[in-house]
Amino acid sequence: MRDGWEMVIGLEVHTELLTASKLFCGCANAFGAEPNTQVCPVCLGLPGSLPVLNERAVELAVAIGLALHCTVAPSTFHRKNYFYPDMPKDFQISQYDLPINAGGYLDLSDGTRVTIERAHLEEDTGKSTHLGGTGRLHDAERSLVDYNRAGVPLVEIVSGPDIRSPEQARRYAAELRAVLVATGASDGRMEEGSMRVDANVSVRRPGEPLGTRCEIKNLNSLRSLQRAVAYEADRQVALLEDGGRVRQETRHWDDGLGQTSTMRVKEEAEDYRYFREPDLTELVPSEAMVARVRAALGPMPAERRAALTALLGDAEATGDVLDTVIQGGLDAFVRAAIEEGIDAGLALARAANELGDAQGAGRLDVPAFVEVLARESAGRLSATQAKTVLGDLARAGGTADDAIAARGFVPMSSEALGAVVATVIGEHPGEWSRYVAGEDKLAQFFIGHVMKATHGQANGQAVVAELETRR
Amino acid sequence: MSDLTRDEVAHVAHLARLRLSDEELDRFTGQLAQVLDHANDLRALDLSNVAPTAHPVDLGTVLRRDEVSAGLGRDAVLASAPAAEDGRFAVPRVLGDEP
Amino acid sequence: MNALEIAADVRAGELSAVAAVDDALEAIARRNEELNVFVHVDREGARARAAEIDERVARGEDPGPLAGVPVGLKDNLCQTGVPTTCGSRILAGWRPPYSATAVERLLGAGAIPVGKTNMDEFAMGSSTETSAYGPTRNPVAPDRVPGGSSGGSAAAVAAAMVPVALGSDTGGSIRQPAALCGLVGIKPTYGLVSRYGLVAFASSLDQIGPLARTVAEAATCLEVIAGHDPRDSTSLPEPAPDLRGHLDDGVAGRRVGLIRELVEGADPEVVAATRAAADALSAAGARVIELSIPELRLGLSAYYLIAPAEASSNLARYDGVRYGLRVDADDVTAMNVATRTAGFGAEVKRRIMLGTYALSAGYYDAYYGQALKVRTVMIEAFARAYEQVDTLLGATAPTEAFALGAKVADPMAMYLSDVFTIPTNLSGHAAISVPFGRGATGLPLGVQLLGPARSETRLVSAAAVLEAGREEA
Ligand SMILES: [Zn+2]
Repeated sequence: MRDGWEMVIGLEVHTELLTASKLFCGCANAFGAEPNTQVCPVCLGLPGSLPVLNERAVELAVAIGLALHCTVAPSTFHRKNYFYPDMPKDFQISQYDLPINAGGYLDLSDGTRVTIERAHLEEDTGKSTHLGGTGRLHDAERSLVDYNRAGVPLVEIVSGPDIRSPEQARRYAAELRAVLVATGASDGRMEEGSMRVDANVSVRRPGEPLGTRCEIKNLNSLRSLQRAVAYEADRQVALLEDGGRVRQETRHWDDGLGQTSTMRVKEEAEDYRYFREPDLTELVPSEAMVARVRAALGPMPAERRAALTALLGDAEATGDVLDTVIQGGLDAFVRAAIEEGIDAGLALARAANELGDAQGAGRLDVPAFVEVLARESAGRLSATQAKTVLGDLARAGGTADDAIAARGFVPMSSEALGAVVATVIGEHPGEWSRYVAGEDKLAQFFIGHVMKATHGQANGQAVVAELETRR
Repeated sequence: MSDLTRDEVAHVAHLARLRLSDEELDRFTGQLAQVLDHANDLRALDLSNVAPTAHPVDLGTVLRRDEVSAGLGRDAVLASAPAAEDGRFAVPRVLGDEP
Repeated sequence: MNALEIAADVRAGELSAVAAVDDALEAIARRNEELNVFVHVDREGARARAAEIDERVARGEDPGPLAGVPVGLKDNLCQTGVPTTCGSRILAGWRPPYSATAVERLLGAGAIPVGKTNMDEFAMGSSTETSAYGPTRNPVAPDRVPGGSSGGSAAAVAAAMVPVALGSDTGGSIRQPAALCGLVGIKPTYGLVSRYGLVAFASSLDQIGPLARTVAEAATCLEVIAGHDPRDSTSLPEPAPDLRGHLDDGVAGRRVGLIRELVEGADPEVVAATRAAADALSAAGARVIELSIPELRLGLSAYYLIAPAEASSNLARYDGVRYGLRVDADDVTAMNVATRTAGFGAEVKRRIMLGTYALSAGYYDAYYGQALKVRTVMIEAFARAYEQVDTLLGATAPTEAFALGAKVADPMAMYLSDVFTIPTNLSGHAAISVPFGRGATGLPLGVQLLGPARSETRLVSAAAVLEAGREEA
């Protein structure tokens, strides 16, 4: 960000809810079915059909509201009227002036508190495929519509304009995703579109009123979000510094080009003609329901982060590693490992690097994780072997014993290791004499060569021990 | 007289996805103005302390259990489609993006 | 033949349902071309069902209270596989893949739908002249309209094609044609009859109800179709009320209010008929007082904002994408516009325009928002009246059946024919229209009994008194 400018960012996050059926009908809410096989008169908007609200969707919306410290309030449904072929009734049933959740917040690990203006229930639209031309929307010849997704329950979570950097936007979205997953309301999968993020970005001189904002769409990953916000803020600053003016518009992020471009100018303000949905009654979550949902809610990421931090004590862990562990739901693994006496730094590193960014814990269970790390700590698995086994277990599950045996990772006998070390020393007499003369850092050189020769099976500490006996 | 203008009627027709001929535009402007004039007796009332009634019955919260039920078969769904292709509803190209 | 007699005879094995249906089909064949009552006759479906009913009777089963009774269905009620057009070109050829709850319940009671009756397009009209399939004529006087929008259902019963028919009432669309054709018509309490499968016009106002020659037939039919339906969120939670058991309750000791605003401006014969109905109720032991509810005068204006607003949204789905008419064009928006422009008639377009305007930015508060407040004011005024009396009495329509074409060019004049029926829809209350008296040219007139929500039992017993009083007069 250029000096003298501040960016103001608010995010709108849509998440599909993990219900069995759709929001207003009994059709299955499942991803990936054959087109138009999960539809009925209601979600197709056939004349005469009527919506009936799904109780589980309400419970999950309440769970999200409670997790985000919102007030769960009496609410109503409204119709948002606009024509689009994805939308079977040519209106969307959503919430307007009385959302089910309002006025909450989400605390980020950097200490920022982002306000949550509202988290309301609404129905999803169908999906179009654009054919002919290049397959992109604007030069397609025709579009094919599948209504399987139409009527899938969504919660839209609208943040206040409290985010100040692209990194923070990413941090907020990651933390929110972790909250949504922790509530059981969402699987948080951005690549499948079950969580979708739009960003409202504006820039201003600090202390000045809010600038004109642009809304950015098509952010399919946290990385895209961060890049798009950074690009857009720079674009706006450059425009303003050149004496230009930011137009209020919707912009499309192109991940390949790494830039945003105009999608729709908001000169002609949309007129959605909201009015109360007359086919639905008011939605007042009962105290009993709220209490039930609250009781079923597990600890949220912030609480788990605090608990893990307390356990780590002085152990060094940067905010990012901790975020990865917490947001990936890996803190139970780390805690169990530490409780078994495994080094906290090792537990954090293995959890964050091998499970966090890659694939999550997958089918790996806590005992297997602890066992692998215990063996690595005892020198019975090399670091490379431990990482490999963790990857295998995350993919396929099972016990640590079986996974290690399947790889044939038996600890090298000290005789075998000694023979390899002797060979390596023989091949590098110059380095060896310098090492013997006291150049300790050359230990890494020998470890590297031993590892190469043993295809990673050697234990680093054992190699050093062998070197010392020969020094 | 209502202050409804011909331009407003044209704008409303656009929102409602209707095309009106010049003659229809004139006629509708007059007819709609007449109905809106009649509604001026409502506009004149001071109802600032009255709550709106959007719905005549107050049934409280009505919910359904989250259970999957059989939908329509795809053949039944597409039987009434003006155009279908590859198991989906076919429409001419879409120019605008979804709001 | 009366529906109850048919059902009794069919259940007793003394009349075959096939014969009853054939009678109906014959009557339809005789006059349908002249009157344009049915837009679709389901000859084969009806006869097949009738044969089934006869088989069940032969097996010793009881097919239900409407066994073998031929019924007409307004063309906005879905029946699986049977064309449903709502009197509109835009739904030409559409066959719904599901049935309305009310239709399923009729079938469950042994009734046999014989076809779909003509109606004002999407129920928007008071004369059945806005139908894309041409106007229906009044069987009592074929140069006159049958009223609307359920004019086809009224004409079907009045022409003795079927003993009962279902209509829908959003602003008087059952009661006004019942009055103009000399029939009984019931607009039930909002939520008493499930709206599932009723093609929506104005969702907060629409109700399905019966039209029949007698109170007993209408009441029986209503009992069959009423009661909670989990597919309609706005359906009342309780089962159908017992109406047949209260037909002979009489009105002794009842307090009835003759409402000034529900007769003012009506033809002198209409005013006289309503007063005569008041006298008949008095004679039967009711205490009748005259009452004024000035707020009812606001009903028409509120209705012509609320109903079009809801309709503008309900009718958005007719866009040429999933069913019904499509007029092709280069892009999807142009296709939507071409389809809707060709598919909707002038009255529907007018109301979509009006409703879109009333909801649009800058006008919502002045029009739609204000109309919703007026709705509150009217409901409160009704409540005050019901502290003094338990039943209200008024005219159903301001005139007898008018000539075909008389009001087509003047929408406001047409709208005024619903002025007495609209308040009940806005309040969600119950009302019944009963034939009473004759107009200047000798055509039938109707009077209306109104009650609060869930007052159907009281209304049918009072209606039965008027029915008897009419026969004696
Ligand atoms: Zn469905």
